[in-house]
Amino acid sequence: MNDVSQETGPYFGEFGGRFIPEALIPALDEIEETWRKSQVDPAFTDELLELQRSYIGRPSLLTEATRFAEHCGGARVFLKREDLNHTGSHKINNAVAQALLAKRMGKSRLIAETGAGQHGVATATAAALLDMECVVYMGEEDTQRQALNVARMRLLGATVNAVTNGTRTLKDAMNEAMRDWVANVDATHYVIGTVAGPHPFPAMVRSFQNVIGIEAREQIIEAAGRLPDAVCACVGGGSNAMGIFAAFLADADVRIFGFEAGGEGIDSGRHAARFSGGRPGVLHGSATYILQDEDGQTRGSHSVSAGLDYPSVGPEHSHLHDIERVTYEPVVDEDAMEAMRLLSRTEGIIPAIESAHALAGAMRVGRELGPDAVLLVNLSGRGDKDMTTAAKWFDYLDEGAVQV
Amino acid sequence: MTAAGPRTGTTLTAVAEAGRKAALIGYLPVGFPSVEGSIEAMVELVKSGVDIVEVGMPYSDPGMDGPVIQRAAERALEGGVRTRDVLTAVSAIAEAGGTAVVMSYWNLIVQYGIADFARDLDSAGGAGIITPDLIPDEADPWLAASDDYDLDRIFLAAPSSTPERIARIVAQTRGFVYAASTMGVTGVRAEVDNHARDLVSRLREAGAQRACVGLGVSTRAQAAEVADYADGVIVGSALVKSLDTDGVRGLGELAAELAEGCA
Repeated sequence: MNDVSQETGPYFGEFGGRFIPEALIPALDEIEETWRKSQVDPAFTDELLELQRSYIGRPSLLTEATRFAEHCGGARVFLKREDLNHTGSHKINNAVAQALLAKRMGKSRLIAETGAGQHGVATATAAALLDMECVVYMGEEDTQRQALNVARMRLLGATVNAVTNGTRTLKDAMNEAMRDWVANVDATHYVIGTVAGPHPFPAMVRSFQNVIGIEAREQIIEAAGRLPDAVCACVGGGSNAMGIFAAFLADADVRIFGFEAGGEGIDSGRHAARFSGGRPGVLHGSATYILQDEDGQTRGSHSVSAGLDYPSVGPEHSHLHDIERVTYEPVVDEDAMEAMRLLSRTEGIIPAIESAHALAGAMRVGRELGPDAVLLVNLSGRGDKDMTTAAKWFDYLDEGAVQV
Repeated sequence: MTAAGPRTGTTLTAVAEAGRKAALIGYLPVGFPSVEGSIEAMVELVKSGVDIVEVGMPYSDPGMDGPVIQRAAERALEGGVRTRDVLTAVSAIAEAGGTAVVMSYWNLIVQYGIADFARDLDSAGGAGIITPDLIPDEADPWLAASDDYDLDRIFLAAPSSTPERIARIVAQTRGFVYAASTMGVTGVRAEVDNHARDLVSRLREAGAQRACVGLGVSTRAQAAEVADYADGVIVGSALVKSLDTDGVRGLGELAAELAEGCA
C-alpha cells in the first residue's frame, strides 16, 4: 500500500467535484469510463509504455546535485530530471496519455489551455504525433512573455489563440478552452494540463503523472539506499507535484513540501500562493483553495513564472494541505530566480523558473534538516523557454543586442 | 414569515391561464452600466411585458457566457458591483410587480453563504436561483437551503443530457427547468437550434412541469417559434446588447417586441 495514493475522486476530502455546466457532464462521464477501462487494458497501457520509452525518453534520470547541495545545508540532493523529457517538461507525460485516450473516444481534435506554454507545446506535440487537430488557448500576457513557445506550437501545426479577456493569463485561457469545448464537444477532447478542473481530471492527470514518483522512489532507494527525508516540488495547478508526491504519501517518515509562487511577497498581494493568501471556493469545475476577494470574484495572481501564475490549485492539494500531509510554502520571485542561477552555475543545469521555486524551497528545507538529510526535488522542466525573462532579470543582454 | 415574492411556477401558471403561449424571461446583469442603471433597466423590463427578470451577478470567470455578457460583466465588476447589489435589484423588481430570479455562478453564492443567501433572497422578494455551473449532484446544501425558504432551484438541462440525467434534473428542479437550446455559451444566434424542441419534449416526458428555453434567442420571430413548444422564452445577450447601444428606451422596445412574440 505504499505505492500511490488511493484517492480516485470525485472528492478529495471536501474538495474536488464537478462544478460545471450540465452540457459537459456526459463528456466527463465518457472520459472517466474510457480512462478507467484503459487503465486495465493492455492495448492502452502497452502503447503508452512504449511511447514513454521510445518517444518521451522515460525513465527520466535521477541526478545527484553535489555542488548545488552545498547551498542546501549540505544535505544530499537528488533531482528528478523531468526536464530531460521530450519537449522539456513533465507535461508530455499527461498530454500523450490524454491524446491516446481521445483517440479511443473517437475524437479528432484536441484543445488545451496553457500558461508557460509547456502544456500547449506538449499537446501540440502529441497531436502531431497522433495526427490530430490542435487548438491552444493562451492568455495574451503569456503569449508575449513566452513568445518562443508560441512559435514552437505553431511550428508543430497547432493553432494558438491569444485570449484577451479577463486578466489575459492562464485562468482566462482555461475559461476560453471550456467555452470551445462545450460548443464542439462531439469531436473535441479538452486536454486539461494539470490536476485541476472537474472530476475525473484531477485523479486522471495524477494517474498519468505518477510515473514520476514511481520511478523516483525506486531510483532514490537505489542511489541513496533509503527513502528521502523530504520531497520537494513546485505547485501551480500541481501536476508535477502530484506526480512525484503520490508515490510517497503513504510513507509517514517522508516529509512532503509544495512550493507556490510567492511573487513579490504575500504582503504585496502580488503572488499566486493559494494556501497563504486564498481560501476554499469553487473555480474551473472544482472546490479547492482559490485567490478571491470577499465576494468570491477571482483575484489576479502574479508570478515571474507563467506556469505558476494561476489563482486556483488542484483539489487534491487542498485536501493534502488541510490534513497537513503536505506543507505548502510560498517562494518569492527573487529567491526562485536566484535558485535558477545557482543550479545553472553549480550543476550546469538550467531549470525552468517554475522548477526553480522547488529548488529554492529545497535550499530552505535542506538548511533546516541538515547534512544528514536526503532530499528529492522534482526538476519539472528546463529553462530554455525562460531565457527572455532570465536575460532581463539578470541583465545578461548586451546593450543594443537584438536576436534576429 | 417574510413577504415572499412570487415564485416562477406561479408566474408561469398565470401566463398559461391568461392564454398566452409562453412567458418572457429577460436577463440583465446587475451593475451594467451601473448598479442604478441596471435596476432602472430591469424595472423597464417588467413594465415592457417581461414576466420573469433574470438578475445576473457578474463574475470574473463566466465560463458559460459569450462575449456580450462577458464584456458587460467585466464593466460591471470594474464599476465595483457587489453580490449584495443583486438583492437590491431583486427588491426593486418585486416592488415593480415583477418576478425576479437570480442567475449566479456558484462560487459567489458559496462565499456569501448558501443559507444566508437563500434567507436574504427570500426577504428581498426573489423567487430562486438559476445555477449554470451547479448540477443537482453537487447541490445538497442548496437543496436544503432552498427547501427552508421554498425557493425555486432552476437547474439546466442540455441537448447532451442523458435520460438518467434528465430524470435527476427534473426531480430536483423547482419552478422550471432551464433548457439550453444549444451546445454552447450565451449569445445571439441566427437560428435557435432544433435541439431545443427535442430537449423540451424529453423534459416533459420525464415529468417536467415547466421548461423554458434559453441560449440564442434574440428576435421576435425566434421567441414566437420557441413559444410554440416551451413554457418560457429566455433572452439575455440581445437585451444586454440593446441596453448597451440603445439605452433603457430601446431595451423596453425590444422587450415589448419579444413579449408580442410570446403572446
